[in-house]
Amino acid sequence: MTSTFEKSMTYLVLAVASVMALYPLGIILATALQPDQIGASGGLHFENFSAAWERGSFSTYLTNSVIVSVSVVVLSTVLSCLAGYAFGTMRFRGSSLLFYLLLLGLMVPSEAVVIPLYYDLRSLHLTDSYVALIFPQVAQSLAFGTFWMRAYFRSSSRQIVEAARLDGAGHGRILWSVLLPMGRPAVFTMVLLVFMWTWNEFLLPLVMISDESLRTAPLGLSNFQGQYTSGTSLLAAAAVLVALPVLVVFLLTQRQFIRGMVEGSVKG
Amino acid sequence: MSGRALSDVPAEQRDGSTEPSPRRPKQPMAQPARGRAPGEPRGVAYLYIAPAFVVFAGFMAWPLMRALWLSLYEWDGLSVGTFVGLDNYREVFTQPELREPFLHSLVLLIFFSVLPILLGLALAGLMTRAKVRGAGFFRTVIFIPQVITMVVVAISWRQIYAPNGQLNDALRAVGLGSWAHAWLGDSTYALAAVGLVGTWVGTGLCMVLFMAGLSKVPRELYEAAALDGAGGVRQFFAVGLPALRGELAVAITLTVVAALRTFDLVYVMTTGGPGTATRVPSYEVWRWSLDAGRVGDGVTIAIVLTVIIMTLTIGVNQIAERDPT
Repeated sequence: MTSTFEKSMTYLVLAVASVMALYPLGIILATALQPDQIGASGGLHFENFSAAWERGSFSTYLTNSVIVSVSVVVLSTVLSCLAGYAFGTMRFRGSSLLFYLLLLGLMVPSEAVVIPLYYDLRSLHLTDSYVALIFPQVAQSLAFGTFWMRAYFRSSSRQIVEAARLDGAGHGRILWSVLLPMGRPAVFTMVLLVFMWTWNEFLLPLVMISDESLRTAPLGLSNFQGQYTSGTSLLAAAAVLVALPVLVVFLLTQRQFIRGMVEGSVKG
Repeated sequence: MSGRALSDVPAEQRDGSTEPSPRRPKQPMAQPARGRAPGEPRGVAYLYIAPAFVVFAGFMAWPLMRALWLSLYEWDGLSVGTFVGLDNYREVFTQPELREPFLHSLVLLIFFSVLPILLGLALAGLMTRAKVRGAGFFRTVIFIPQVITMVVVAISWRQIYAPNGQLNDALRAVGLGSWAHAWLGDSTYALAAVGLVGTWVGTGLCMVLFMAGLSKVPRELYEAAALDGAGGVRQFFAVGLPALRGELAVAITLTVVAALRTFDLVYVMTTGGPGTATRVPSYEVWRWSLDAGRVGDGVTIAIVLTVIIMTLTIGVNQIAERDPT
């Protein structure tokens, strides 16, 4: 249906778009592999990564990011599954009102809550703590997660639920042994998205954390770049380390990741 | 349907057949006790939603209430605040210094919303039409900017825009050296330079959304349009685009919210400068509240931002759901 000319033009456009998408990342990677000192020998300098890891304290920052991301993912997944199950399969007074409340939370930008949270947590001496990094993000993620899981539980087969009930399974058993195992793809997609959002979050740690040992990776990177002029290979190596975890997860799960982004946003 | 079968059980028993049929030994256990709707345990639902709502109330609803309350005060974050009523809101709409960031957001909309949507439409249209080989590969690569940590993106683009960075190098290489600028240091270009990064980030997301939408359009519709003599572009506008109503609404919502909430890029690339050229609402929320000691003003900007985002999200989706007649 399409001519050869048209087809090759399409490939050309796609190739240009791909190069444009990768170019800024290529620059960072190339800079990261350059010698850090002027006059050093050529070749690829992988030692920049270990220098950023040790001298730049990125081992601490990345560890913090792992702790925060894993905690947020686990907590918001558990809470979202529980709440989504109730909203998706049970009828109770006030359910739609409560659900709309959550939907509003989905639209509230973190800018609006982060400032009052800072002053409230400060008076409780809870800024500069994992609590301040984790729970605000759990609250944001579970608004989406509940919404996401509710959609799954609503679409799950009522026949299977009824059959399990006839077999004497209680509501807990039905969730744990029937619906969750069947809903693994939905849960997995939610885990991917929440992980990405949490890992990349910048404003919340910027506001909450002044203690260097509690900095997350993006916050540590932004401080690092304040100290060094841009374009140094150490900064670039640190940037690669910060971006890598989400990029790897994305590349390993791209099909599901992209489908999740599309469905998550279409439903959201 | 199975629900009705269950509610039949007590009726049978009232009719006198108290012995459950041996072929259905487990049915009495599933009997809806105390007249509840079958399969709908109600009270226990509150236990399931309680943990989520405790966290939600403490870290989302309560701080939001506090934000509304703080926006009625003039407060430096340390001493006792002064109640000023709606003065902060009046200031946001009248003081140029507080209003300017919102105007900058309008400029960013072109780069974060309009351009990615147009580019996304073009790329998705091309890919769907030509049935390219390796579509999955291109889709993944063009989507990558969307998953990269914003601080990393900002660092990379800072380097590209630097006076001796790749952009100026490229201009010099093609003989346009006189066009070279310190892009982020020049108040004429800084906002657009930040905006262009938004285009880079958002295009892949828009493309992926539109590809998903277009894949639901049956090929026969294009073929019918082709038989009617429509060329590729006409086919896209007549067949493809109308099918993308929902996806367009989503793309508009996501990209507009991203434009309004630009923070990381500005914080790392320009810190609002040069002068006030790249001050945007999210950055001002942070700057007034935590850097400049005017918490009331900062929080008021945040509330105004929230209202704009909610109105837009609900409005766009209402329009999209209305049937085209």
